[in-house]
Amino acid sequence: MTNETLAEASDLAIWGAVVVLVPAMLAFLVHLAVSGSAAGRRADQREPALTVAGSPGLPQPPAAQHPGAGAARASRRWGVVGLQLTWLATFLTLAGTVLRGVSVGRPPLGNMYEFALVTASFALVIFSGWSLRRDRLWLGAFVTLPVLVILGAAKVAWYTEASQLMPALNSIWLVIHVTIAILATALFTIGAALATAYLLRDRAETRDRVRGWIAALPEATRLERITYGIHIVAFPLWTFTLIAGAIWAEQAWGRYWGWDPKEVWTFIIWVVYAAYLHARATSSWSTRRATWIALAGFGCVVFNYVGVNLLMTGLHSYSGVAT
Amino acid sequence: MVTEQQQRIEPSYPKNRTALGGPRLGPVGWARWVWRQLTSMRTALVLLLLLAVAAVPGSVFPQRGVDPVRVRQYFEDTPERARWLDRLGMFEVYSSPWFASIYLLLMVSLIGCVLPRMRQHARSLRAQPPRAPARFDRLPVNRQVELEADPDDVVAAARATLGRRRFRLREAGDGALVVSAEKGYLKEAGNLLFHVAVLGVIVAVAVGHLFGWRGEIIIKERESWTSAAGSYDTLSLGPLVDQSDIPSFTVRLDDLRVEFESEAQGAQFGQPRVFEGVATIERQGEQPRQRGFGVNDPLSIDGTSMFLLGNGYAPVVTVRDDAGDILFSDAVTFLPQDNTYGSDGVIKVPAAEPSLGFAGGFLPTLSIGEDGMTSSFPGLVDPALVLTAYEGDLFPEGRSQSVFSIDTESMEQVMQADGEPSRMLLRPGDVLEVPGGRGTIELESVIRWGGMLVRHDPGRLPALIFAGAALVGLVLMLGVRRRRVFVRVTAPAGDPSAPGARHTGLSIAALPKGTDPGLDDLVDGLVEQITSASGARVLDPGPGPARTTDDARDEDEA
Repeated sequence: MTNETLAEASDLAIWGAVVVLVPAMLAFLVHLAVSGSAAGRRADQREPALTVAGSPGLPQPPAAQHPGAGAARASRRWGVVGLQLTWLATFLTLAGTVLRGVSVGRPPLGNMYEFALVTASFALVIFSGWSLRRDRLWLGAFVTLPVLVILGAAKVAWYTEASQLMPALNSIWLVIHVTIAILATALFTIGAALATAYLLRDRAETRDRVRGWIAALPEATRLERITYGIHIVAFPLWTFTLIAGAIWAEQAWGRYWGWDPKEVWTFIIWVVYAAYLHARATSSWSTRRATWIALAGFGCVVFNYVGVNLLMTGLHSYSGVAT
Repeated sequence: MVTEQQQRIEPSYPKNRTALGGPRLGPVGWARWVWRQLTSMRTALVLLLLLAVAAVPGSVFPQRGVDPVRVRQYFEDTPERARWLDRLGMFEVYSSPWFASIYLLLMVSLIGCVLPRMRQHARSLRAQPPRAPARFDRLPVNRQVELEADPDDVVAAARATLGRRRFRLREAGDGALVVSAEKGYLKEAGNLLFHVAVLGVIVAVAVGHLFGWRGEIIIKERESWTSAAGSYDTLSLGPLVDQSDIPSFTVRLDDLRVEFESEAQGAQFGQPRVFEGVATIERQGEQPRQRGFGVNDPLSIDGTSMFLLGNGYAPVVTVRDDAGDILFSDAVTFLPQDNTYGSDGVIKVPAAEPSLGFAGGFLPTLSIGEDGMTSSFPGLVDPALVLTAYEGDLFPEGRSQSVFSIDTESMEQVMQADGEPSRMLLRPGDVLEVPGGRGTIELESVIRWGGMLVRHDPGRLPALIFAGAALVGLVLMLGVRRRRVFVRVTAPAGDPSAPGARHTGLSIAALPKGTDPGLDDLVDGLVEQITSASGARVLDPGPGPARTTDDARDEDEA
């Protein structure tokens, strides 16, 4: 039933993605550091421009008159390197995930390891696609780090041999419920990355200490708007996950809601993110405090995935990880 | 940036109002104050966070409604702590008063919030968009341009353009050079729909609880079972369900197919892979019909659903006396104890004189290791029945007892000739003597049983419909943007008839509700469209404030 060669190819591709993501993250970090200091210099206008010569033969863009523009270009170069490596990692992760699915002849959504692969794929695809349309180089480090953690943990701790599904998972709802859950998880991950960036930037702005790599981030108000924008996409998806899960639970277990630990935590996540949306609309709550609630929600997402799967006894015991 | 409470200007009058003889709150006033507090957004927010926190213990401690066995285990392991936790309701979190009080308060808060907003929204649906404000530069987005066009043409163009974009327009006053427009009423409609639908889901769940029931029954292969209030192994009825509401139908389990993973190693080895069956259903006055079913594929009979939730083995055992007469012959349900389906069970032979009882285990794949006999695989590779016999009074004083255990209080273990407790290992087809000339026991074959759950839940469909409505409401509420757009046209000063000198001013301002990053683009687009629709030429692109940095353009429309 299981194609060993393809399964091994999948494992290799995922290792490859991990190997590529490390320099990608480093390049994004360098990008933040360099463009942050360049932005600081532009703001000061005091220090002389650090000129990094462009390649000979290329016309100098007019922006070069601007002090620090040379450094900005150099930092962009780092960012672009990071982005290209991320695209490669995206391709490898996708390939690894698809190969895994082909090797077992079913959607790769059956256990914790496969769930992690698809989460990483979605997060990388969303970021890569987004960076094609907008300048998102500053976000790279914030996305590649969690993806690296997810893939690393999947490989080291949650690896599960390619095999068939248990009958309870053999349903069309596996594809519907789990895919949307993973998509929402990937968006929540990016949302949490943005929320972290916002809180850091906001703190620096409040204390009037916007320097170093923080200066490379967009303004706090803009970061906050993007954070909210991601969450209002992710929240309906999570609501759908909850409903689809209930429909499936009704078919598989004979009740749509039974307070199984996974159901409890899915509900908790839903309530916490609902609280985030309410907090943001409540005038007496600052957006910063509201954003902390979103981060708490992401903490619940992580716990729902790691803690509930590995520590708690329930019906959602598909981790496939030997205990 | 915490602006709130940075500095508080203290009032100059004494804080203690009673000392001043100021207004005091009567009972109505207090009620109104409590209602205000309860229906405020901040209270709803706190209640939501409380609800999230209150739900946590239910996932940490075993719950009676979900897993009573583990609750019992908890009481046995740590009785002192368990008693305390029980007093706090930790084993029944979701039906505990403190959990209920949180969600009931939340429901009240929700109703108190939604009702006035519904009234308000109904009013705003009938009302016209509000009058344009006097000063546009106070609004977050505004633009001014000068056009060479007739002011009336510009107003007409503005009305036409906004109308085409599905804005609702305020009726034009005579000769007024102002347009008020609003769109995105669906945002508030979605908001209200979502909250009402959430209430609907809760009500549907409550209805399902009150009028629903569930029963569990084990059916062996080739066995027929008829549903009735007394025929279930366990039956729990909702508070408003009568036993006579249980429908009557007959189910025969024709075949049950179960397969386990035998290829993959590690944690996946022995995991179930196929789990399906065929049943014949018979209802009064109807032809019997045969249907396949399985996990994720329940049978639906007479307004109920029948789910296949468990399975196990039932060895077919025949016990004969020493004359060879059959005392007992039946398939006996053994309950799996672990993932390898090592199962426990008992065989009761009251017809023997004195009564015989056999207790022991069934191992689908016998494996003899250091820790005795275990099962190494849940499939039937090398099945074996391991039994010890008891003799005496099976049902002392006629007490009722479980079919899965023997009360050995008034029984004695049958000993072998060598003085050891009796011990029999049977493989299918084996016939063994029960020690001491007590006859024989034969393991004829092994069949399977299916653990079935029969459930009736009238709240199921309403809950689904309300949940779907909530999702639709949520998407509208978060996706639709409510915007007000105001247009003011200023007539040119001086002689309007002089050709080429009609410097008509066009000001457009927009007011969003909540976050609306696309508003700049909307206003820019409107300026362009109105200009071209009025057939005008732009004379002065205007100062156009509010266009901050290039970065601000780079916004998501997520």
